[in-house]
Amino acid sequence: MSEVAAEPMTGDPVTGGPTTGPRPTVIVDDLHVDYTVYATGRPAKNEATKLLRRATNLRRARQIHALRGLSFTAHEGEAIGVIGRNGSGKSTLLRAIAGLTPADRGAIYADSDPTLLGVNAALINELSGERNIILGGLAMGLTPEQVRERYDDIVDFAGIGEFIELPMRTYSAGMGARLRFAIAASATHRILLVDEALAVGDADFQRRSEKRINELRDAAGTVFLVSHSLKVIQDTCQRTLWVDAGLLRMDGPSAEVIAAYNASVS
Amino acid sequence: MPTSSSRPSHDDLAALAAEHGLPKLGSRPTLPVYLRQLWGRRFFCFGLARARFRSQNEQDRLGIGWIVLRPLINAAVYGFIFGLLLPVSTRQANFVASLVVGVFIFQFFAACLTDGAKSITGNSGLIRSLHFPRAVLPIATVIEQLLALVPMLVVMLAVALFTGEPVRPDWLKLVPALALMTLFCTGIAMIAARLTIHIRDITQLIPFLTRLVFYLSGIFYKPPPKDATGGQGVLAQVLEWNPVHVFISLVRDAVIVGEPAGAATWRRAVGFGLVFFVAGFLYFWRAEERYGRE
Repeated sequence: MSEVAAEPMTGDPVTGGPTTGPRPTVIVDDLHVDYTVYATGRPAKNEATKLLRRATNLRRARQIHALRGLSFTAHEGEAIGVIGRNGSGKSTLLRAIAGLTPADRGAIYADSDPTLLGVNAALINELSGERNIILGGLAMGLTPEQVRERYDDIVDFAGIGEFIELPMRTYSAGMGARLRFAIAASATHRILLVDEALAVGDADFQRRSEKRINELRDAAGTVFLVSHSLKVIQDTCQRTLWVDAGLLRMDGPSAEVIAAYNASVS
Repeated sequence: MPTSSSRPSHDDLAALAAEHGLPKLGSRPTLPVYLRQLWGRRFFCFGLARARFRSQNEQDRLGIGWIVLRPLINAAVYGFIFGLLLPVSTRQANFVASLVVGVFIFQFFAACLTDGAKSITGNSGLIRSLHFPRAVLPIATVIEQLLALVPMLVVMLAVALFTGEPVRPDWLKLVPALALMTLFCTGIAMIAARLTIHIRDITQLIPFLTRLVFYLSGIFYKPPPKDATGGQGVLAQVLEWNPVHVFISLVRDAVIVGEPAGAATWRRAVGFGLVFFVAGFLYFWRAEERYGRE
């Protein structure tokens, strides 16, 4: 299997020039992201340091290199899967593209505000689903009228019934994720980033959200999808990025990348 | 185009981005752009403040009543203790009304500071999932506190009437006084929000800071009189330059007959309001790309 470092699968990542092919929507150029974590990660050398550290409650700052130089170009109308092991940097990559985590080195170019749709990101837990829908819409920049117009569709799509009046903290993980997906998918985004949302719904919700993703993609958008479900990726995305230890291991047609990934895991 | 090279070079990708007019992400927007984005989210800002305000008070049986009851009980406790402890000569003429004004207006400031400091760190869910100018968050906390201030003002005026103050046109001075104070508090909330990002531990110190400001804001005592030479003691000077005391003085001026605030106090209020608002906003905006980083 060829790998990106040796030779890119898609041939030219700078593909799709101005005259040929679809327009690029996201360009990721040698992206590095580091996290600073404050944790007592390293064991203290001796009792004295241990005591000192405990007394002053000073924690060492550690740098975690989550992404170590990724480059690729995404185009209009593409649905791109992102796969990799836990902790390989998939979610960080999406958050960086969404502009929520700044790049330490390198750059990301994008033609509109990419919207991230993640499972872990709660909106406001103490508020009801109803108010979360309204606030979520307003936060995406919709006007109150636009939110009102879409309200019923969002409730239907999320399919959480009378729970809509209860605070979001009372929702199951699946219900919360469905509602968040429904809110974010209610607006058309030029660039939509989906983090595992499809994995949580039941079969019916998965089918509907796949359909919605395809609609969004057809509306001349670009969709990124992070999932551990290779089947979902294969069904939804033509192209797949394999992220491994913060590096882009492979970039190409989903079937090939998934086959290579499976081969490496087993 | 170098189609055969193994990796695209920086120049190629940057040039491609430039060719298609793709802007670079994650860089802090310029001030005009930021202000425009903020204006675009004005509905979000108000909606967030209102929703938070309601949910804050939905869980208790008395609901919104607590917004008024809490500071009233506070004022009663302080009134009881300091009424017993302090000599009558240090008290304001209308002690009860002065105390209630002081406690209520201080409450507004303290809530803006405390909640403002948590406005970024306490909203990580929103920050991690949605892209919007982060200044929405501290501004929304100040709006939320303004909503809470409305019923408090009603009670404050009722207490003033009850203790013998007349209804008079001076009440209109409340509008500019509170507008200036809101500017000041917005600046404070923004500064506190950003500082908390740099040093989390600040939230531990805020209760002590508010306590200190409380005792130095002339809430239950009147400023000491000038001495024989016309000079001022340290406390009088601190009071004169303590923004919270300045704003409390203006509100007392509007509500209580015997406590006029001079033109100098108004000038200081304008200064504090504008300087803190502009400085706080700029300080907050300059770290825009850092929020959501932890």
